[in-house]
Order: sequence, then C-alpha cells, then structure tokens
Amino acid sequence: MSTDSNSDFPWDSKVPEGPLADKWKNHKAHIKLVNPANRRKYHILIVGSGLAGASAAASLAEMGYKVSCFCYQDSPRRAHSIAAQGGINAAKNYQNDGDSVYRLFYDTIKGGDYRSREANVHRLSEVSGNIIDQMVAQGVPFAREYGGLLANRSFGGAQVSRTFYARGQTGQQLLLGSYSQLSRQIGLGQVKMYTRHEMLDLVLVDGHAKGIITRNLVNGKIERWAGDCVILATGGYGNTFFLSTNAQGCNVTAAFRAYKRGAGFANPCYTQIHPTCIPVHGDQQSKLTLMSESLRNDGRVWAPKEKATAEKIRKGELDPNKVPDEERDYYLERKYPSFGNLAPRDISSRAAKEACDDGRGVASTGLGVYLDFRDAIKRDGKAAIEERYGNLFEMYNRITGDDPYTTPMMIFPAVHYTMGGLWVDYNLESNIPGLFVAGEANFSDHGANRLGASALMQGLADGYFVLPYTVGNYLGEQGIAKAGKVTTDAPGFAEAEAEVQDRIKKMMSINGKESARSLHKRLGHIMWEYCGMARTEEGLKKALELIPKLREEFWTNLRLPGKEEELNPELERAGRVADFLEFGELMCRDALMRDESCGGHFRSEHQSPEGEAVRDDDKFAFVGIWQHQGDDQEPKLIKEPLVYEEVKFTTRSYK
Amino acid sequence: MKLNLRVWRQQSHESPGGFGDYTLSDVSEDSSFLEMLDILNEELIEKGEEPVAFDHDCREGICGMCSLIINGNAHGPETATTVCQLHMRHFSDGDTITIEPWRARAFPVIKDLIVDRTAFDNIVQAGGFITARTGSAPDANEIPIPKPIADKAMDAAACIGCGACVAACPNGAAMLFTSAKCSQLNMLPQGQGEKDNRVLKMVAAMDDNGFGNCTNYGECQAVCPKEITLDFIAKMNRDYATAKIHKFFGAAS
Repeated sequence: MSTDSNSDFPWDSKVPEGPLADKWKNHKAHIKLVNPANRRKYHILIVGSGLAGASAAASLAEMGYKVSCFCYQDSPRRAHSIAAQGGINAAKNYQNDGDSVYRLFYDTIKGGDYRSREANVHRLSEVSGNIIDQMVAQGVPFAREYGGLLANRSFGGAQVSRTFYARGQTGQQLLLGSYSQLSRQIGLGQVKMYTRHEMLDLVLVDGHAKGIITRNLVNGKIERWAGDCVILATGGYGNTFFLSTNAQGCNVTAAFRAYKRGAGFANPCYTQIHPTCIPVHGDQQSKLTLMSESLRNDGRVWAPKEKATAEKIRKGELDPNKVPDEERDYYLERKYPSFGNLAPRDISSRAAKEACDDGRGVASTGLGVYLDFRDAIKRDGKAAIEERYGNLFEMYNRITGDDPYTTPMMIFPAVHYTMGGLWVDYNLESNIPGLFVAGEANFSDHGANRLGASALMQGLADGYFVLPYTVGNYLGEQGIAKAGKVTTDAPGFAEAEAEVQDRIKKMMSINGKESARSLHKRLGHIMWEYCGMARTEEGLKKALELIPKLREEFWTNLRLPGKEEELNPELERAGRVADFLEFGELMCRDALMRDESCGGHFRSEHQSPEGEAVRDDDKFAFVGIWQHQGDDQEPKLIKEPLVYEEVKFTTRSYK
Repeated sequence: MKLNLRVWRQQSHESPGGFGDYTLSDVSEDSSFLEMLDILNEELIEKGEEPVAFDHDCREGICGMCSLIINGNAHGPETATTVCQLHMRHFSDGDTITIEPWRARAFPVIKDLIVDRTAFDNIVQAGGFITARTGSAPDANEIPIPKPIADKAMDAAACIGCGACVAACPNGAAMLFTSAKCSQLNMLPQGQGEKDNRVLKMVAAMDDNGFGNCTNYGECQAVCPKEITLDFIAKMNRDYATAKIHKFFGAAS
C-alpha cells in the first residue's frame, strides 16, 4: 500500500503490499541483506541501552556488525525499562482462552483509539510470541505454574490472560536478559560500550545520519562518533512534566536534537497518564511512583459516593475500612461492567479525575482514590495476595508508611509513558535516511493510548526482531563500497560539535539566579495544568504564551554552578531542561491542533454526555508529524493518513 | 525537621576528600532521602556553592544506581531498602547524618558520593549470560521448569547490582553479587551448557577486578536491599569446586 495515492503525504511509510497477515513475512523475504563477511565492515551507533537499545545492540553485534552503544547511566543495566513492573504481552494463547495474533493486534489498535499504523501493530503482535521464547532461552525467570509451564495474568484493555510476568519486576528481568546478551557481545569485543556518555547532537552527512556528538559526563569532553547508521533508543519524554514515573535522567534531548536536524516528531501530545500511582505528598517531591496495573486484577477501585464521607476521610475523622459497601462507588465496575477494574489506562485515569473533581477524592490533598484488596484477601487469603504482589505492597508501605493489607491503597493518576515520538516508517527508519528509532522513542505502535504490558513487548520486538532486518536493508542499499567510509572529519561533524560547545558555554555564562530544577518544576506545573489529563483550546493557548516566557527566563536567569570540563550533574540537567522548554511547546501545539479527543489526548470540548472521549475520524485520522523549520519559524505540520485495511473505525467501548 | 549533615566531598579520584558540614532547617518527613539531598543542593546552588554529586536515577528501588553509606550503613538504617526508597520519617528532628560513598578498592570514587562500578559489568561480561542467539529459541513452554527452581532463580535474579554488598564487606568482596547472577543461570535448565565455564570465568573476573575474598562475615546479606541470601554463595562455591574437578578430569561442559 502506498499512502501517496490518497493524500499529499510527502513521505513514504513503506508499508508493504499484500494482505495484512503476510506483509512482514513478504517484506523480510524481499529486503536487502548484507553477507556475513561484509557485516564487520559496517559500524552501527546505538544510543540508549534499554530493552530496545540493548536488544538491538546484542542482535546486530551477534550478526557480525561492529556496534558502539552509548548510555548516560553508569551501566547499561540501569536503563529505565528496568522499572516496568507488571508484565509483557504475547499472543501465545497458553491459557486456551481464545487469544490469537489477530486478537492482540485488534486489542492494541482499539486500545490506541484507532490512531496507530495498522501494519506495524500487526507485526508487533506477530513477533510477540518469539520474544517470550527468546527471553526464556536467556534465562529470564518468568512466573510458572506448579507443573513448570509459564503462568499468565490479565492486564487492562484485554479479555484474555496474555501477560507474562516475573513477580512485580518484569521490566527488570527482561532488561537484565537483554543486558546479559549485550554484555556477552561486549566481552567478545563486538560491542564497544560507552557509559556515562550523553548524546547531544546528531550529525548528517549528505543528508544521511552518520554520526553523533556526545558529552563524556565524567570529564566533560565533547566527542564525535562516526558510523554507517544511527539507532536512537532513547526512551520517552514524560519528564517534560517534571513529576512523572520516569527516572530522573529520562529526557527528550537525543530525540529533540534529531528533530532539530530535520527528523519529524509524530504525535507529541499523546502522553499516557497512568491511573495507579502513589499520590503527590508535597512540593519537595521529585518523582511519582507507579503501582503496577497488575494490582487491578485483584484490587477494586473506589471513591466514596458522598462528598461528606470523602471530607471526613480527608480530615482523618473516618477510617476508610469503616465505609460500608453501599456508600462506596466502585466506579470502574459501575461504568465499565465488562472490563471492570481492568478498563484501559486513559479511561481509568479520567474516571479517577472525575471522582476527585466531583469532591469525592481522598488523601489529604483530595487527589486520590482507593485501590482496595479487602475482598481479594477475604477470597484468596493474605498469603496468595502476598505471593502475587508482595514486593509492590512493601514498596507502597515504604513510601507512604501505610500497610495495604489492612488499609486500602491510595492512588492517583500520573504521567507515565509517551506514545508520541520520532516518526518512523515501517522499517523503523525516520525521514532522515540512516536514522532508526526504536522503543518508546518512536511513535509507531500504540496510537493515542498504550495498553498495559505492551511497552516491554514493543521495545524487544523493535530490537530483536525488526531492526536486525531493516538496518541490514538500509546498509545493503547503501552498498559495501560505502561501508565504514564516513569519518569524524566529514563536513557536518565540526559544525555540530561547535554548536554543542556554544550551547554549553552559553548556559554556563548566564550567571542568573534560578536553578534548572526550579525552572523545570515551573514548566511541569504549566504542562500538567494545561496539557495534562484534560486539555482545552483556551488552556493550550495560554500554555503557548507561558512556555516561551519561561524559556526566556531560563536563558537569562539560569544559575549553573561548576565547570564544563568535569562531572557536573547540574549542567546535564540544564541541557535537558532547555530542550524540555522547547519540546513542551511542541506538545501543546500538537494538542491544540488535534481538535478531537482520542486515547490519552482528552480535549474537554469533545466528550460524550457520559464524559467519554469523542474522536473525529473524518478530520483527524492521521499521524500529526511536526518538522522543524528553524528556531524563529513555526514548525510545519505533515499528515500521514491512517488507512485501515482490516479494522473498521468504531467507537471504543469497554462497557 | 532540622538536620545536620556531614557529607563526603571529593573533587575527583585524584584529589583528597573530606567531610563538609551542612544544616537543613525544613525537611518534610514524607520526603525521601534523595529528595532531602535535592533540597540541600538547591540551597547550595542558591548560596553559590557547588552541589553534592550523587548517583540516582529511577528513585523506585530498582535501577541500582543510588549508592550511599548513611551513618555507616550501606543504603541507610532500614532493611531491604535502597536509599531512594528510604524516607525521612525514619530520622528525627535534630539528627546528625553522615553520608559517604561506597568504599571499596574495586569501586574508585569519581566525585563526592559517586563511584565507578564498571567492575560489576566486567564480571557479567565474563560469563553472566546464556548464549542464546536471537531467533534460535525453542517455544518457551518446551522446557518446563519446576516452580521451586524458577522461584529460587527469581530470588537470585532480583539483584539490582547496586554494590552495597561490596561496600559493606570488610574484604570488599563481590561474592554475593557474582553468586546471585551465576546461581540464577546455573540453576536453570537453559544454563546447564555453560555452567562450568560460567562459574570459572566469573570468579576469575571477580579476582581480576580487584575484589577481595569471602571470609563469611555475612555483612553483604545484611545490607542487600533485595534480600539476596548467602546460600547463593554456597551454591557458587559448590559449582566452582565441581567445575574444577570436571576440568581436572577433562569432563565435558
């Protein structure tokens, strides 16, 4: 299918011809290969060492390519994929409950509110089973039944049990699996690993991505790296909001630098607000902690029916355990009886917000609802619940001081994941040839809302089963004569390096009064207020006025201690905040443009009488891609139409 | 609450270090320990002084990046808790808190509270993996693994690689870390093919990277935020002895 035929879309999404279920198979059979002896002549640069980056690095190195991998942490094992708790989806149908590749595909398209590219999602679903095979072979200790076979549980937005898990640490175990494979290749000398290195720019040579500029975070040295192609696996941009479930170091810089070099940024307004996080406690807080979605298998979400009851709880005059059932509103079970507490994330988050907006919130701030295990403990016993969620309950207890076995957990939505990302075609290649983007950093598979346990699946699918083919296709098309020919003397490197140096010098020389952290926090307030769970035209326009002003303050009033040529965490932070301050504006711009509600993007103007998101498929069934036109110009909007061959647009219902 | 802090300051690995004294006057007991350090750093920046460098990332107890000795204890006073999950409600108004980096020969200080833990990566690179080429795996349910073995492997796999075990060990040994990874893989059917090689290479890497020997102090188990137990060390020693015997008699594996 060529999308060119039915629109003015100037790029090619390269979705292969043929029936949906055969596209990937046919594509693999026809794309270019590089012969094993020639692979060692190519040098691939990979930025990021999470699930997507580590698995791509390990697989490509194993095939024989020379790989250099970069991460900002002190070890590739620390990447934030490690924090994913609940699980990974795969269409194995080990539970004999009617799962199939098609059903996982369909659930993902529907979960994404019909805003993802059909062919990519189908491929994701096709390779999901191989991921589980691969990870088990690597020694990942997934949960098992007594007979020794793999166990599953359910996640939101699905009516089958297709989620594989390793206690509440699935992300950790999968990342350590990929890290072990990466480590093996490092040990063999096939991968050179550069830890505590942060990518600060992308280098183009003759229009192709051929290098990066990094800062060595230990000694501050700015360095150039040349390769035959570049893979960005640099995660999402949730930290634009300051408070999120992301790690402190997660940032948009690598992706945003690529955007500034011409790469399209797709759907930046699609952010996922996760319904079950520990509520904010005060203004000294640095991060929000997620409580896994898996808890909703057994926990029941409720808020008091009456405002007066909620108020008594907030004041500490009433113990929530004493609230009788008839005074509790199990609102997810009431509103979405067929999915109940396992309604998808966007819907569950909005329902929690609705209850709190209604004055029925708990927690001292009024921003919290309950996730209650009383009934599950009564039904299955404390031991069974401890076996399933023990570590999560402990974590909750450590942070809040409350014991969830005896007091219901308090939860509230928080920024968690970003579905938007750099635009990629079917090959995961951006509009800049030779620039591949994988994992959360690309936009491709989750549409406007990601289903639980699908991020791990996508990261590993991209790294293990897609890039090893499509990167080879690009290199094959380039031809062996070009292999390893680009050096850091090529034009483009000096210019990019000078720009990076200038930017750092400029930040270091401001000598103002306000810290990067404080400016970041102020940006976070603007984003949460106007580009958070509910967005309006008026609010977004306001944000678009406030953000440039704040950015101006950053560049005139930043206080940055320390020096450039040393380990300087404040300098790292300032560079990231500077990019968030530009990127936040792009998010708001995109949210304003998308005059409909879909998935995680909820425009208050577009809702049904029951408060559900109302899409506008006639006007907005497209990927909104922004292309940078220069610092003093507005970015250009490019639209990739979403054409569905298999699935029909329907109103998403979980009732 | 009001707190007096004694924080280790060291400009670089080459320069000598020493304690800096600071006072914080308004810390919420709901703050995490690292949020308390954020507050300190904001105050230092305000005063035009250089903030304290410390490693941290996920702040939910899983990435293993945070690494502080608090009042002499790796990860502070609470058991089974990383620094990032330690909250100020476990301290009292007026407390003096001493904060130091991991101290071990194999983990040189880079700056202030930040150390270099590359040595851990080197151990994993030597043998902490199962050779499983991408795309070559059989169906995941092909090899059933009895639940007790899978659970035990998971207990070992829970290690976050923070290095508290090394920091707490009077010998600076990495036995708990190495044995957790080695035992996880050596217990599983998938790991049998490389069992002997794995243990021999990982133990050799441990020695090469400057870690000390184990003399059964047990401090590592006491401070481990993931409650990894000494029996994995026993298992690794057993696997090591077996591998040596196999090697001596020239047995396969």
